[in-house]
Amino acid sequence: MILGRIIGNIVSTVKHSAYQGLKILMVQPIDPMNQDTGTVIAAVDKVQAGPGDHVLVMTEGNSARQLLQSQDTPVNMVIVGLVDNIEYDN
Amino acid sequence: MLLGKVIGRLVATQKLSAFTGVKFLVVQPIDEDRKTINEIIVACDTVQAGEGDTVFYETGREATFPLPDRMNPSDATITAIVDHINKDG
Repeated sequence: MILGRIIGNIVSTVKHSAYQGLKILMVQPIDPMNQDTGTVIAAVDKVQAGPGDHVLVMTEGNSARQLLQSQDTPVNMVIVGLVDNIEYDN
Repeated sequence: MLLGKVIGRLVATQKLSAFTGVKFLVVQPIDEDRKTINEIIVACDTVQAGEGDTVFYETGREATFPLPDRMNPSDATITAIVDHINKDG
């Protein structure tokens, strides 16, 4: 899983059927110091995250399929947690 | 899923049988401000995207799911046409 910050959402009407009813947010990957790391990704939201929220993003397809209970969902990035705070020893 | 802009088409009649009936599009990866990032890729299309469309595409093993023949070697498949990108936060 990676840390991310919500920077917006994506509206799409013409899409693969597996995306029906799923909210897709734009996530900027960040490090624990809130520095941007890497390019923006689009992830399916499962925790009602809002703009500016710090989130946990799961980036592995098999877990995504279990989360979305579907064997052929073309998704490999799912927002699985809202981060309250991070404590770490660098 | 990653953001991209369709900038062209690619035709390949001599190809793996797993790609039969699959349309290839030339995609320029972009960021949330639609600025160019990374190199141009070729992706399989499953939503009839056209030139100039903003799309997002799947990579990794999940890119093989939307295509008719499951055993295809795709590593980038366009799965949605993006109407709006709302930047907020």
